[in-house]
Amino acid sequence: MAYEEVKVKKPLSLILLPILSVLTFFVVWELMVQLDVVPKTMLAAPTQVGSLFVTKLSDPNPDGATIFIHAWVSAQEAFIGYLLALGIGLPLGLFMGWFGVVRGIARPLFELIRPIPPIAWIPLTIFWFGIGLGGKVFIIWLGGVVPCVINAFVGVRMTNPTLIQMARTYGASDWQIFKTLCVPSALPMVFGALQIALACCWTNLVGAELLAADQGLGYLITMGRRLALPDLVVLGMVSVGLAGAAIGVLIDYVERRLLAGIRR
Amino acid sequence: MTPKIECRNITKFFIQKGKQRVHVLEDISLEVRDKEFLVILGPGQSGKSTLLRIIAGLETPNEGSIKLDGQQIAGPGPDRGLVFQSYMLFGWKTVMGNVELGPMLNGVDKSERRRIAQRYIDLVGLNGFEKHYPHQLSGGMKQRVGIARAYANNPKVMLLDEPFGQLDAQTRYFMEKETVRIWESEKRTVLFVTNNIDEAIYLGDRIVTLKGKLPGRMHEVYDVELPRPREHTDMKFLQLRQQITDASELVL
Repeated sequence: MAYEEVKVKKPLSLILLPILSVLTFFVVWELMVQLDVVPKTMLAAPTQVGSLFVTKLSDPNPDGATIFIHAWVSAQEAFIGYLLALGIGLPLGLFMGWFGVVRGIARPLFELIRPIPPIAWIPLTIFWFGIGLGGKVFIIWLGGVVPCVINAFVGVRMTNPTLIQMARTYGASDWQIFKTLCVPSALPMVFGALQIALACCWTNLVGAELLAADQGLGYLITMGRRLALPDLVVLGMVSVGLAGAAIGVLIDYVERRLLAGIRR
Repeated sequence: MTPKIECRNITKFFIQKGKQRVHVLEDISLEVRDKEFLVILGPGQSGKSTLLRIIAGLETPNEGSIKLDGQQIAGPGPDRGLVFQSYMLFGWKTVMGNVELGPMLNGVDKSERRRIAQRYIDLVGLNGFEKHYPHQLSGGMKQRVGIARAYANNPKVMLLDEPFGQLDAQTRYFMEKETVRIWESEKRTVLFVTNNIDEAIYLGDRIVTLKGKLPGRMHEVYDVELPRPREHTDMKFLQLRQQITDASELVL
């Protein structure tokens, strides 16, 4: 197709607005603390958090590890739990969507277990796994597996029925229809699941570490509370937020590459 | 000579909202000859798409039988290639990926199915667009992909369900010419459903008309004995057009 390169300009105001909004947020936050609108024992100013971050890069006090180690421990737990959630939840959801037998067996059990919040599993988890890596991974897995199953299931159920008929006129078997039609057309929903599951995993990570841990970002927040150090609490929260956002951007990039044919 | 497709006394009902029985087709009998271009012409709501879907094996008739090469039809199969009005391409596959679908599903190895697909992509005039995705193509080009995909599966019969219904008048006219060109360069038995009289006369060896409003019934069969390529302004073309129009107005 013939085309010529043109530059499409975004209005300046639309470029400036996001920057302005973030800046205003931090300035107001800083001023609230500096002018004692909020007492320093209740909230730390952004500048304090920033300087604590620099200190914590090398100083393990007062919570026993540098920020990097905390982040690394959390990332390990979250990633193992997340990958297991994807590895088990997505195939299960996809199969449930297409094969009536799998749906019949798995759906009632899934619907029973689904409404139990992962944090309610913490006591049992401690009986089973102790407070090591396994227990936390299990809690994170529980949080992540639910959206994986639901999205994959719905994605397959939403496959255009005429496309299925079309594939049948081409002599496709049930398995071939599942593989070449249902799974690709469920992909946008599956990628949605990657994002949602990640959010759930991160959330549960902090929940799991609040209760039983000696390292990790969630543990950092807990220690901040015990030691009454608001800056440590906020640093932990900001770290969880930034790491989550970074992984979100990464997934978005992968999604764009893989879904080239589906205009978004 | 035995007919390629033989429909005998087909009657079809649909059950709607669980309890309403809709009578769609009543006593349809027709034969399609080998390598023939047969057009089924009928207004909206005459059950012509349902008839095509029954022949494709996607619906089962309540009464009557359909035979392909003397064999009873039971369900859809690769011996009948269906081209849909709404294209029905895989949005996540390129033109090449869509056209090679049939051979791929039947386990043809990659280089061989690429060769087959390329041949039909060239035949429908999409050379150079192999790596494009459906959303990057115009309506006419999408339907070319649909036709190439059906051809690449090497069906005995091509079933086209109002394939140009979504196209603008000019593109439609052009695609009709292309359809004749493609059919003449590689003849298959074609069953073409349309609601457009000009399209029917331009394309068909024979035209079967259905009476409008459900249930659809057989009306007339016309032999189109005009030389190809046909001209819409040819005197005989216009006479036949008048004849069909007059006959269908009697029904309405």
